[in-house]
Amino acid sequence: MITMDLLTSSAADIVTQIKKGYVSTEEYIAKIFDHIKKVESNVHAYISLNDLAIERAREVDSAVKRGEKLGKLAGIAIAVKDNICTSNMKTTCASKILEHYIPPYNATVIEMLEREGAIIIGKTNLDEFAMGTTTEFSRFKETRNPWDIERVPGGSSGGSAASLAAGETTLALGSDTGGSIRCPASFCSVVGLKPTYGLVSRFGLVSFANSLELIGPMCRSVYDTALMLNCITGRDSMDHTTLDVDTKDYTATITQGVKGLKIGLVREMISDVDEHVSKTIHDAASKFESLGANLNEVSIDSLQYALASYYTIAMAEASSNLARYDGVRYGIDMGPEGFEWNSYYTKVRSNFGDVVKRRIIIGTYVLSSGYYGKYYLKAQKVRTLIKQEFASLFKTYDLLIAPTMPILPFKIGEKTMDPLHMYMTDIDTVAANLIGIPSISIPCAFTDGLPIGLQIMGDHLSEELLIRAAYAFEEITDVKKVIV
Amino acid sequence: MKINIGLEIHCQMTGLKSKLFCSCEADYRGKQPNGNICPICLGLPGTLPLLNKKALENALMLSLALNCKIPDVVSFYRKNYFYPDLPKNFQITQYNSYQISSIGSGGTVEFDHKKVRIRRIQLEEDPGRLVYESGIATSNYTLVDYNRAGVALMEIVTEPDFDDPKDVKLFLNKLVSVLEHLGTCDTKLDGAVRCDVNISQENKKKVEIKNVGSFKEVEKALVFEISRQKSFGIKGIEVKSETRHWDDIRRITIQSRTKEEEQDYRYFPEPDIPAAYLGNELINSLTKQMPELPDARKSRFVENFGLSEQNAQILIDEKDTADFFEESLKLYDDAKEISNWFVTDLKVFINEANGIRSLKIKPSHIAELVKLVNQSTISRNTAKQILQQIVKSGEMPSVVMNNLKATKISNEEALIQIVDDVFAKETIAVRDALKNEKAINFLLGKVIQSTRGRADPKLTTELIRKKIASIST
Repeated sequence: MITMDLLTSSAADIVTQIKKGYVSTEEYIAKIFDHIKKVESNVHAYISLNDLAIERAREVDSAVKRGEKLGKLAGIAIAVKDNICTSNMKTTCASKILEHYIPPYNATVIEMLEREGAIIIGKTNLDEFAMGTTTEFSRFKETRNPWDIERVPGGSSGGSAASLAAGETTLALGSDTGGSIRCPASFCSVVGLKPTYGLVSRFGLVSFANSLELIGPMCRSVYDTALMLNCITGRDSMDHTTLDVDTKDYTATITQGVKGLKIGLVREMISDVDEHVSKTIHDAASKFESLGANLNEVSIDSLQYALASYYTIAMAEASSNLARYDGVRYGIDMGPEGFEWNSYYTKVRSNFGDVVKRRIIIGTYVLSSGYYGKYYLKAQKVRTLIKQEFASLFKTYDLLIAPTMPILPFKIGEKTMDPLHMYMTDIDTVAANLIGIPSISIPCAFTDGLPIGLQIMGDHLSEELLIRAAYAFEEITDVKKVIV
Repeated sequence: MKINIGLEIHCQMTGLKSKLFCSCEADYRGKQPNGNICPICLGLPGTLPLLNKKALENALMLSLALNCKIPDVVSFYRKNYFYPDLPKNFQITQYNSYQISSIGSGGTVEFDHKKVRIRRIQLEEDPGRLVYESGIATSNYTLVDYNRAGVALMEIVTEPDFDDPKDVKLFLNKLVSVLEHLGTCDTKLDGAVRCDVNISQENKKKVEIKNVGSFKEVEKALVFEISRQKSFGIKGIEVKSETRHWDDIRRITIQSRTKEEEQDYRYFPEPDIPAAYLGNELINSLTKQMPELPDARKSRFVENFGLSEQNAQILIDEKDTADFFEESLKLYDDAKEISNWFVTDLKVFINEANGIRSLKIKPSHIAELVKLVNQSTISRNTAKQILQQIVKSGEMPSVVMNNLKATKISNEEALIQIVDDVFAKETIAVRDALKNEKAINFLLGKVIQSTRGRADPKLTTELIRKKIASIST
């Protein structure tokens, strides 16, 4: 047996030791559960834990003993955001409406990860139906930022990010509709990737805004992110919006660096941000220069409309997606006896939280007859405009960098009463969702004990390049990613 | 008074194996309630619709058959409304207000030398079914069966070009035949077709009759509604703009109980189904695969077989009948004689049985029957009797003929005996016949009657003439 800290080590290291038989999967998983027991009362990252995880761990260990061929993530603990369907575990979307809902099927990504030997540790907390930037709007608990438990972990994949930073898992899955992977990654000082739209299957991801969102990896290192991405990409016959592209080994080119790459620092994304954030990201830009990249400031005029476009489309799609939660077929059962349909719907749907209700109402409004052209169609036109501006930039630039979040992690409750201000915090992340490009957030620095994330964006399907740049940056930056 | 009638027709694609967006069986009939469902058609969280390519192709075929314009790109929209038969509380459909999204538009159909314009043909999913166990009026609970949810529907919308319920009927006959020839919809299955009808008189308000359950009822509903509106006109009562429904038992239209509110469906493009670029290649290949359609078949029947337009029309109105006709023809090559059966005696049975395939008769039966008549083995009258039996029993005509001892009596001696008997009874007629040629026919009739149609008419006439001649000399 070798001695390694199983709570903080990378998946890449742990899987190597498991395969060699140097680390017992059962011990490793048990250790994580012990740690969860210890810190959960402070962090509140999980909605539910997987009772079968230890059993799965034993299976991996016996497979190792029998000398069987093992998957790329054999025995590795993974935390799954609770809006991704798991057939043996509740999938609640942090909503009262789905509080006891157990899906009859696994999301495609779950199938793929389990095939590679990953072990689901538990389902992590989120803002109800992934609508939020802080994980305060879960209907069950507020997840805390492990670096300062008075502060929000970001959202909506706050549970996944916090569980990584607190050593409660080795890998995590998040989903990103307008920054929901990258925001908490930034606030919790972990790595989070939103892949190119269509690269990862959405089958089994409970829809919030279908045309914007994707599942992506959240990890404590760029290498682990590449490793995890290797396992979840590819065309899925269950999702017509997946792309028909060959799977790649994103670890193969990871060390190739950024020398000679043209990188643009997006002016509109850095101009109105917290001064600590601004300084940190400018420093990061200089680091890329020192690594041999060509750096320039670039401007994307249409970005000023990105947030309005994003929220219009996201809420429109959400208002329709969430219509199915009526308590008739599954989910909360409030006893329809004695009710006429519409009044039963009203009774059931009053269980949505205020944030969700607000978005349903706004989404319903923007799609109403007579307003479609004024709002939804206009938002789609803006989307096309932004797409075109990015496309022309990518003719010159390989990558674009910006802060992930314009501000530092703030205090719990600080912004809950001001939805508009809350929406504004998504200003730098939504563009990638609107146009479907990949975007990664990596730990950049700490200011006064609070993390700051760097966002790197690339053209469609440029994940390889993104990961290379992120890895090069990580190599020369010493930022803490876990606190145990 | 000018009347404008338009139709909105929903046809289930019963020819498909699976539903429109999942792999559940398209044939939901006769299954355990909620036994033909899956996470996708039940709209479970996280599931995505998977477009059935065959459904798209079949709908394209129909659009081509009805001379519609096909757009370069077809896309789907969500129609949002809450109703318990709708698993997602939205229906995936198509919508032409913001762009031409539907599979076909701007078509024309000719029928009986008239024309109707087709506004659009679109593909959409059928909702589930609400079941009221003790009837809609008395049930104090509602059951929902989602077996039908997600079954592919084609919606065919015409312009309000009809002005006569008879034309509507003729058009629907044609449409049924086209659907049958394409194999997309078996209109005979219960619930496979539904029709909404709108009627407006010149300068008057529009009335819509919803959910007429079969094509046969459409004409009746229209005739009733038009006379209702006319009687209003006579009494000086204004016709209201309203939605009514057809009560097929009482045979009247009734104002819909719940006033249909002006719904806002909040249409927007379905984000989970990428717009489909069709391309010339697909359209060309579908055009090549297109089976022979009723119009072409009718012309072929007229030109190749020398049938009258009218007879050919009756044959092609139902594909099964036309197929049956051609199969019979392969066994015995006399198109005119065979077709005569289909438009006369056999037609009665076909109509009664709701289709020729429900009868026990096979093409070989008709072929043999015609052959027996042509060879003068049986008389036409006997053949008619034999037909009556074989449609029910499925026996071969020759077998029935032998059992009935129904061969024609062409034995002269036997016939002379019968003629003598008739002459003895019908003395007045015999007297008339001496002066009037026509009375011979009456005597012939009597002979045939007493032989139950078996007497050879030619020979009998000859014998009667001989006998008359012998009396008059």
